[in-house]
Amino acid sequence: MAYDKFGVLTSTAYPLPTENVDTDQIIPARFLKATERKDFDINFFRDWRYNADGTPKADFPLNQEKYAGSKILVGGSNFGSGSSREHAAWSVYDFGLRCVISSAFADIFKNNCLNVGVLPVQVSAAFADKLFVAIEADPKTEIKVDLPKQTVTLVATGESESFVINGYKKGNMLNGFDDIDYLKNIEEEITVFAEKRPF
Amino acid sequence: MAKTLFDKVWDSHVVRKVEDGPDVFFIDRHFIHEVTSPVAFLGLENRGNSVVYPERTFATADHNTPTINQHLPVEDPLSANQLDALEKNAKKHGISHWGLGDVNNGIVHIVGPENGITLPGATIVCGDSHTSTHGAFGAIAFGIGTSEVEMVLSTQCIMQPKPKKMRINVNGKLGLGVTPKDVALYIIAQQTTSGATGYFVEYAGDVFEDMTMEGRMTVCNLSIEMGARGGMIAPDQKTFDYIAGRAQTPKGADWDKAMAYWDTLKTDEGATFDVEFNYEASDIEPMITYGTNPGMGMGVTNSIPTADAVEGGAETYKKSLGYMDFNEGDSMIGKKIDFVFLGSCTNGRIEDFRAFCSIVEGRKKADNVTAWLVPGSHKVVDQIKEEGLDAIIEAAGFVLREPGCSACLAMNDDKIPAGKLSVSTSNRNFEGRQGPGSRTLLASPLVAAASAVEGVVTDPRTILNANA
Repeated sequence: MAYDKFGVLTSTAYPLPTENVDTDQIIPARFLKATERKDFDINFFRDWRYNADGTPKADFPLNQEKYAGSKILVGGSNFGSGSSREHAAWSVYDFGLRCVISSAFADIFKNNCLNVGVLPVQVSAAFADKLFVAIEADPKTEIKVDLPKQTVTLVATGESESFVINGYKKGNMLNGFDDIDYLKNIEEEITVFAEKRPF
Repeated sequence: MAKTLFDKVWDSHVVRKVEDGPDVFFIDRHFIHEVTSPVAFLGLENRGNSVVYPERTFATADHNTPTINQHLPVEDPLSANQLDALEKNAKKHGISHWGLGDVNNGIVHIVGPENGITLPGATIVCGDSHTSTHGAFGAIAFGIGTSEVEMVLSTQCIMQPKPKKMRINVNGKLGLGVTPKDVALYIIAQQTTSGATGYFVEYAGDVFEDMTMEGRMTVCNLSIEMGARGGMIAPDQKTFDYIAGRAQTPKGADWDKAMAYWDTLKTDEGATFDVEFNYEASDIEPMITYGTNPGMGMGVTNSIPTADAVEGGAETYKKSLGYMDFNEGDSMIGKKIDFVFLGSCTNGRIEDFRAFCSIVEGRKKADNVTAWLVPGSHKVVDQIKEEGLDAIIEAAGFVLREPGCSACLAMNDDKIPAGKLSVSTSNRNFEGRQGPGSRTLLASPLVAAASAVEGVVTDPRTILNANA
């Protein structure tokens, strides 16, 4: 499914310093029953955002007005562990987020993000802490994520760190392409390969 | 050049290497289920693509199927809709489909090996992170997202950077009451829930060589719980004996040809890993988790560590214990439980039911415990009956349910109520995993059985010793 191109993003951010946030929290299994990809924002972090009676939990960052409209989420270490459900990445995107910053991501979640147009930005633990401190001090703290330059910057202070992304995936994000576009272009090569497989 | 088992299988499936990018990676076998495939089929159709190799994809319904009255229509309309979509998509694209009631139906990671679809040296993916299970056969197997499911359907390839290599050696002999599940939970506790992120693991050493195929599947299944993409074990005679003669394994000359290849599937002497760990079997006890990720595990007789004794942030640790309603220093033994779940792709095989029965035989389920015993497939059910385990289960006051993922992720009606404490043989103890507000203790079938008859968390060795 097509997603919007990603270039340079400057935005405030939701802070979520809890470590090992798993995809069952990002979207609980009971909300995976759709057969279409739409409206996954509704149950994004359902059980952390809402009480059992459906009222919002006032102290959860995604519910707090001071962060509203942010396009970045800064998460604790080992963000997105657990289930391979791409619904987790969809719910991030559908909520209006285009970038998740963390000192460590789980592999499958990271892959899924890249496939749906959410940029996972891995920074050092020290830089992640710096972001949490800055957001805590001022919820309007702006973070600039520059994909062409592969840098993430605290706008107010200019403190910056570079991040890694392979050239192929970077090109996809910059242009809004996905892997199927690439794979369909080399279909003949795949066919030749497939014919040689023993089973 | 000396190569690892992982290198051999990976490298032989690379169609091309993308410059400054991932490998185009060919997939031999693809499993699909009702939850993570419908959007992939939609995407495929929206792009006007077709399924290029329908014979390489296998559909089974498992995630949100009921575990009682499977002969009746599925009550939950959303679940029914997904099951219907799976069936229709499979039919439309010429993919084999094992729906509810089919003799081959069951949990995807249990029916794959049972039917000989899982083979050494193959690449296997599924939109489910526990696809790592199939690594027990010397396959490279891992979970993928729905975009990748669409890639496999429409091109039989995905684009993956090659993971780094880790080897975990466990040598020695396991003690009484220590099962493959305990070995895995021990390793995860050592590694933490993210210790193997970015790696593919090879398990080696006496303990895995001595293990049955069922046990190897349990270990490889849990690889993802320490962050590894997958885990694998070199195929040996046990592997070949397990797969020989199954419905979809190669036969005759094809078998001989395959065997010639499978015999080469081991790590060469001198091959190197990016990182290697060594553990001793004698250090491993029956395990139990006490927190909200599978890395928060310990020997069942131990006390919950204090926040300053564990890696990671104290705040997250305390939040986790707070959710479980446990305190630092608590002993787990003797904690009153409400539910026991035996099943899942981790521990839903015949051996797990045998282990459970070895404890409950001649005993009675405790009155305060609700127990859900869910075999992983119809073939497991048949085997249970053939061995007379159903009579033992019944006599002890338990009921056998019908196959499915069930309370492992509680997408069907098998939900642990809020606040209730469950000893579960499944794979994840995340907050709300078994139902909103549920509290999960991961453990082996032996610990689950001992706890089910005592009504409190129990060291199975006390019962095994009494039996001896």
